[in-house]
Amino acid sequence: MTTEARNASPPIILFKDIDEPGLNSIEVYRRRGGYEMLRKALTTMTPSAVTDELLASGLRGRGGAGFPSGKKISFIPKVDVDKYLVCNADESEPGTFKDRELMQKCPHMLIEGIIIAAFAAGANRSFIYIRGEYEEQALILDRAIAEAEAAGFVGSDILGSGFDLSLVLHRGAGAYICGEETGLLDSLEGKRGNPRLKPPFPANQGLYQGPTVINNVETLATMPHILKMGGEAYAKIGTETSAGTKLVSVSGNVQRPGNYEIELGIPSREIIYGLAGGPPEGREVKFWFPGGSSSPVLEPQDLDLPYDFNTLQKAGSMLGSGAIIVVDDSVPVVSVALKLAKFYRHESCGKCTPCREGTRWTVSMLERVDSGLATPMDLDIMASVQEQIIGNCLCVLGDAMAMPIGSMVAKFRDEFEAHIEAARLRNPYGGDEPGGRDGSDPVLVQGAAGA
Amino acid sequence: MIGRRKKQADVIVPAAEAPVGAPALVEAQRTVTRFGHGSRVPGWDEAADLTKDPAEIPDPATTPVPEALRAEIEAHMAKYPNFRSAAIPALAAAQRVHGWCSPEAVEQVACVMRLTPGYLIAVASFYDMLETRPVGRNAVYVCTNISCSLCGADELLTKLLEETDGDPDFNVRHFECLGACDIAPMASVNGVYVGPIALDDVPTLVEQIRAGTPPLPGKQLHLRKSTDPNASSGGPSS
Repeated sequence: MTTEARNASPPIILFKDIDEPGLNSIEVYRRRGGYEMLRKALTTMTPSAVTDELLASGLRGRGGAGFPSGKKISFIPKVDVDKYLVCNADESEPGTFKDRELMQKCPHMLIEGIIIAAFAAGANRSFIYIRGEYEEQALILDRAIAEAEAAGFVGSDILGSGFDLSLVLHRGAGAYICGEETGLLDSLEGKRGNPRLKPPFPANQGLYQGPTVINNVETLATMPHILKMGGEAYAKIGTETSAGTKLVSVSGNVQRPGNYEIELGIPSREIIYGLAGGPPEGREVKFWFPGGSSSPVLEPQDLDLPYDFNTLQKAGSMLGSGAIIVVDDSVPVVSVALKLAKFYRHESCGKCTPCREGTRWTVSMLERVDSGLATPMDLDIMASVQEQIIGNCLCVLGDAMAMPIGSMVAKFRDEFEAHIEAARLRNPYGGDEPGGRDGSDPVLVQGAAGA
Repeated sequence: MIGRRKKQADVIVPAAEAPVGAPALVEAQRTVTRFGHGSRVPGWDEAADLTKDPAEIPDPATTPVPEALRAEIEAHMAKYPNFRSAAIPALAAAQRVHGWCSPEAVEQVACVMRLTPGYLIAVASFYDMLETRPVGRNAVYVCTNISCSLCGADELLTKLLEETDGDPDFNVRHFECLGACDIAPMASVNGVYVGPIALDDVPTLVEQIRAGTPPLPGKQLHLRKSTDPNASSGGPSS
């Protein structure tokens, strides 16, 4: 619980000496023992032995869903067709920036993980889908891939093992939905990034209709370390159901925002207060998102929950991508909800109705709350809209808005009602007040009120 | 339901008067201009003519493509098992040449990739970084998502818009979470992440962008060390 206790023996795997100068070059990475695990896997192990090691480690996907990574690889059919491995480096979940730091400072760790995972899955073509905004990181990765090719780690007959692998860096062009695995695949195929209906799951029909493994950057970067320390040893770190360490990105109203590597299962308070320094002087935590902006919010009394997959799920939220966003007591909850809803409205791909219409109407209703035109009954309608979205869409983007908004309305209903009342008194004619509401027009308000 | 589509009503230019070509519509950067046929994109007027057949794959004989652009697109196409995967990189490359995904740019990509312009426009309009209208050449993306706006990103965006108001060289816009909440409030200036940007930094930043020098050199992301206290000291070896 105290920082002293943690500092005694913090397991640090991914971030060990991450700031070492030149670590993004292959020389420094190899001097530190890089690519040795690749050699071990390719020359002394069979693909199924690598998969078993990953299964034994209990590693769960670090991108959001938390699906066991070894199992994902074992789902790939053992048939003789073109198989693919895709690294999801889209990292678009608001509040998440851990993969950025890994790719920028230690790209070869990711490349080694990709080759190991591709070997385990029997994939001969691999892709890194990096979001278009990460220009510096894309340049670094491009150089790293060229170095790995020159050193013979990528290409045909790697290290004399007879295993071939190509690796292509693909840059996106700015779309949140391309972080969703099937949306990513469509985008990688050169289409609009619309998610696909599942099943079939990507393990059976993914990229170019072939069996495909999709993993997050952090998941893949962990794989060389699992081979190094052994799956069993890795499973001993963390809790029984959430093994290992996790990079958490702490941001928002905290004094030391940044990425921290933690052992899963430590109290959340230790991350927010111990590592990130807590909210600014004189302020208190009002609520916090434990796993990116898509996770239902938690309150200050939840700060002592252990930070792991299952505990947060039991508390009604999720660990997600490990992005903790802290909101302090100076911020009105309505403004956060509105910001969130507008973001998801913009990013909805429009393919299915509950998400496309639900995000739009949620924004309209929140604008009414903000302008004082709403009544407490609107909060019930808003909550029911969120319920109608959850589970009724092709992908989880709709849920990603509905869950946090629903949790905010449920947990801060008093504040929503007080906000409506205060706005109504301040602004009895709704949005007609000049410069009243956030650039929206009076016509919209009158139309909505009369509808 | 009145006014649902309020932004359509902003400016209506009859289709015949709609200017074609990049620099003519600088003021279109601020307000979303709608043309007579309802499109936001100048130059696409004819596509809305329902009596006309959709545009076909352009004829290489009548579509000149700059050699460097053609080579780049063909290199992208060669990287993938299916050449269509190169659509986004190819459009991005054309955008670097033309400044935006102009009808001419899309035509050239379509010609090299042997795809219809309609397919490429559908792709370009999906992605935020592919511009479907003329924009200033300096892209300044200000992240205004939750973490950044908690740290004052909305004020930063307002200030940046004020400072660059009327300057056709600037494309200042809010953007989805850019994945740099540790340096909030931040902006991506022509691809370089800088932050945290104080409001007082804005005039300097704008000057630096105008002069073409590196933006706020002391505040660029790549200089930032890890905040994890255990990262540099290194825990027990694994």
